[in-house]
Amino acid sequence: MELAHRILEGDRRALARLISLIEDDGPPARAALAALYPHTGRAHVVGVTGAPGTGKSTLVNELAKGLRRRGATVGIVAVDPTSPFTGGALLGDRVRMRDLAGDPGIFIRSMATRGSLGGLARATGDVVKVLDAAGFAVVLVETVGVGQAEVDIARTAHTTIVVEAPGLGDDVQALKAGLMEIADILVVNKADRPGAAQTARALEVALELGRNSAGPGTDAAWRPPVLKTVALDGSGVAEVLDAISAHRAYLESSGLWSRRERERARADLTGALERELLARLLARVGEAALEEWAERVARREADVYTAVQALLG
Amino acid sequence: MGERLRVLIAKPGLDGHDRGAKVVARALRDAGMEVIYTGLRQTPEMIVEAALQEDVDAVGLSILSGAHMTLVPRVLQGLREAGLDHIKVFVGGIIPDEDVPALKEAGVEAIFGPGTSTQTIVEAVRRACSEG
Repeated sequence: MELAHRILEGDRRALARLISLIEDDGPPARAALAALYPHTGRAHVVGVTGAPGTGKSTLVNELAKGLRRRGATVGIVAVDPTSPFTGGALLGDRVRMRDLAGDPGIFIRSMATRGSLGGLARATGDVVKVLDAAGFAVVLVETVGVGQAEVDIARTAHTTIVVEAPGLGDDVQALKAGLMEIADILVVNKADRPGAAQTARALEVALELGRNSAGPGTDAAWRPPVLKTVALDGSGVAEVLDAISAHRAYLESSGLWSRRERERARADLTGALERELLARLLARVGEAALEEWAERVARREADVYTAVQALLG
Repeated sequence: MGERLRVLIAKPGLDGHDRGAKVVARALRDAGMEVIYTGLRQTPEMIVEAALQEDVDAVGLSILSGAHMTLVPRVLQGLREAGLDHIKVFVGGIIPDEDVPALKEAGVEAIFGPGTSTQTIVEAVRRACSEG
């Protein structure tokens, strides 16, 4: 409880400490999260996702600078992958964010995925809540460099920015399911490079096709803008900031803000339930029983569903 | 899940060679640690701020410029002023033998010169951080 109180008072060391506790999971983290939860719900959570090397970190750096100029405080969570072999991670996003050093209106935290596969860490959602409670007006969440289907960010963020760069693939890539579908704003970064105009056009065409075949759940009233930036020199970033503000206004006026909040609450709840139920089951039957059934499945003595019924029964 | 060691690797000062820092960062990563790499030309203030925000257990400073006798004490002092004296500080790079006692006296945990094996560094970081 003490930690939560210090965070509400603006203690940055307490904030950093709680984030570590959340990553390691356990009772102290949960108590602090419970105490902070009533103070959440004010921050605009903006996700930045895209393939490796599209310039996400550089764009986040520029967005944060622009937001500061517009008077907003900014919390940043930058996620990089954990090695599945050693459990270690090299978190390098701060290299591109050196402009933000020394500003008390900014807090940057690097996170390793620690085994999660959706582009974020298990703890990212909770860390966002802590930054929200600490009073940051905008929380920028940079995902790992993603492929096509790591779309967890759409459940964590109010506004999702998908970053593309010229030369990464033909226009069929833009038609594939996944990443394109979660974009509220599309950014073609490195727009000073050859092929930027074609990339932007391919995205526009894909969006048009998507609108014509608008299925259920499609947000027909918001057309994701396709914006061109050169994050290295800041060009086009002001337009992205305007689009972020416009998207927030749209979410609020359309009632989508509260709908997304409810969807997120539901996803958080089911996720937490899954983890808790698994932990309780393992505590009851023991790791040894799990290993034993895994062995039997591997030896073809039982299939997984039979094993599940046996473990639950 | 147990607590995982977090280490900040930084290059204070103006020299532009970060190969050694990258080799060490990679070795610590391969040893299962979470390594926050901050890149070149960090001021002592930037390093202290990053160490605070990232809640690290250790800071590794790579210095080849010869400015270690001014930069390292400023990092140590900054950490103390921020209430972060529990963080272990390591220095790697080209440090003349005669400067080693003074740096250790100032609070540096260990100093790794050219040719130190990454295994030695990994073990030293692990040992220092487990002492608490």
